[in-house]
Amino acid sequence: MPAEPGALVLPDVAAPAVPASRGRRLPVFSLGIIGLFMLVAILAPLLSPADPFEQSLRNRFKPPVWEEGGSWKFPLGTDRLGRDMLSRIIWGSRVSLAAGVLTVLLASAFGAAVGLAAGYYGGRVDAALMRTTDATMSFPVILLALILAVTVGPSFTNVVVAIAVILWARYARVIRGQVLTLMQLDFVAQARIAGAGAWRIITRHLLPNTLNTLVVLVTLQIGYVIIVEASLSFLGAGIPPPTPAWGSMIAEGREFVTSAWWVSLFPGLAILLVVLAFNLLGDWLRDTFDPKLRQL
Amino acid sequence: MAPPVVEVRDLRTHLVTRWGTVKAVDSVSFTVEEGETLGLVGESGSGKSMTCLSLVRLVPRPAARILGGQVLLDGEDLLTKSEAEMQKIRGRRIAMILQDPMSSLNPVFSIGMQMREPVAAYHGLRGRALAARAAALLAAVRIPSPVERLRAFPHQLSGGMRQRVVGAMAIAAPPRLLIADEPTTSLDLTIQAQYLGLLKELQERHRLALIFVTHNLGIVAKMCDRVAVMYAGRIVEMGSVRRIFTRPAHPYSRALLESIPRLGARVERLTAIEGQPPDLARLPGGCAFAPRCPHVMDRCRAEAPPETTVEAGHVTRCWLETPPS
Repeated sequence: MPAEPGALVLPDVAAPAVPASRGRRLPVFSLGIIGLFMLVAILAPLLSPADPFEQSLRNRFKPPVWEEGGSWKFPLGTDRLGRDMLSRIIWGSRVSLAAGVLTVLLASAFGAAVGLAAGYYGGRVDAALMRTTDATMSFPVILLALILAVTVGPSFTNVVVAIAVILWARYARVIRGQVLTLMQLDFVAQARIAGAGAWRIITRHLLPNTLNTLVVLVTLQIGYVIIVEASLSFLGAGIPPPTPAWGSMIAEGREFVTSAWWVSLFPGLAILLVVLAFNLLGDWLRDTFDPKLRQL
Repeated sequence: MAPPVVEVRDLRTHLVTRWGTVKAVDSVSFTVEEGETLGLVGESGSGKSMTCLSLVRLVPRPAARILGGQVLLDGEDLLTKSEAEMQKIRGRRIAMILQDPMSSLNPVFSIGMQMREPVAAYHGLRGRALAARAAALLAAVRIPSPVERLRAFPHQLSGGMRQRVVGAMAIAAPPRLLIADEPTTSLDLTIQAQYLGLLKELQERHRLALIFVTHNLGIVAKMCDRVAVMYAGRIVEMGSVRRIFTRPAHPYSRALLESIPRLGARVERLTAIEGQPPDLARLPGGCAFAPRCPHVMDRCRAEAPPETTVEAGHVTRCWLETPPS
């Protein structure tokens, strides 16, 4: 095709189908699920259709509403003692979310403090703190929780303490690594030259620059903690009955899985959904804030 | 004549490394007066930066130790102060500008937040007065629209701008002594010239004593009144810029000067200094420059030359200049 003189001849290229998106899309799915469960946990007394503790032997093992013999009175059926499954799952969300959030907050606060101190002071302080961290990381969470449950007796506090006492080590490691990198940067040296003391450098220069990492880690670990809490409850070392906790609910149903599968399945699904949502959110936060953290 | 702002006497800082003890700063003495600029030149590893860090007592612990000497700031010995006292001196009476403008500001806070902190600490200002003072400081380093810039974050500013912000923070007190450790090495040439001009102007306005660390002799000629040439932790020659540039006494200073190209001079090749900078952990006995020196004598390898006065205000450490005893 002869081109007109002076006209620029360009190859035909199909226009991009989707306009380039501005920034990253919000993770609607995970935020939605987390938001939903948070609401459910907060509004549990209003939302639950029945008393989660009320037993009724006449209504044992009622199937969910869509199964034969099910009724709207117990939308997700009932357990061995005739308690409403839906209400128990709703109340159980309180335990799981509270345990997840509380534990992670405790662990991250302590771990970050240790990491900051180790990275800032270096030398012997660093060596001592990091050896403690290594030792802590080599101790299995479940074992410690079982020991606590056997000696002090199972309780919500013990679960939180047992997990937090081990979990902080990860924060300490990651934060220390970040602080070591930050310490090489001139603004820390510049702050020191301007007369800043240790406290000011740690709180104004080091901590704010590790917040991204902390937020990512915290989110990723909430899911993990929820699973650990559920495992502990499943083993009987977690939240003592009759308090509804998803882990112990699965355990209660495991003898009847073949006949009354719903007793174990629904709390299991709840755990799956919440943990998945937190992990997806954590992945998204990591990719957005801190692409260097791929290994977490 | 007024007493000097800083007088360093026989300062010694050693670094303990896996390969042995390094005398990073070895019996260094010098003075800087009000409004005067002392250039500190030398190769990488010659002890320039370590000397500066020793002055503010911020040598990298635990490897480095200040072993002895005196650092007199307006007559007070800084080496005998407590750490708490030093924190009050740093920033207020001695300020320092570092090399890398890209990382010298905290990326998560705005310029204003970072500037307000030292200014509030130095002058006890608050609120509007504080913000006004911060903006005035930015204006003093010729940052356009300073009030808007206070809200900017470091990544929104260019390297030259950031280095000016650092300069503004350094003069906030204003200090008696300003140490500039190669402040322009990572800036491009036109910005470099502007920044140097600005430093000079700030120095004159506040009568600052300035220590200017560089390996660029062109900058020394432009910025400094006197120059100290460092080699392997020692000052091998010190004198007025004019004197050192026209009649260098030490073979190392001579070699440094011959290795810079001169416009209009008919030289076939630039002279390079033979050999490598010395391994500081395994210095030879005697003069550290002996292995590379074109005029080396037996005596140089045997004992280190003492400081000799060539002329009033011009000292060197070289056996060639030592009068026979």
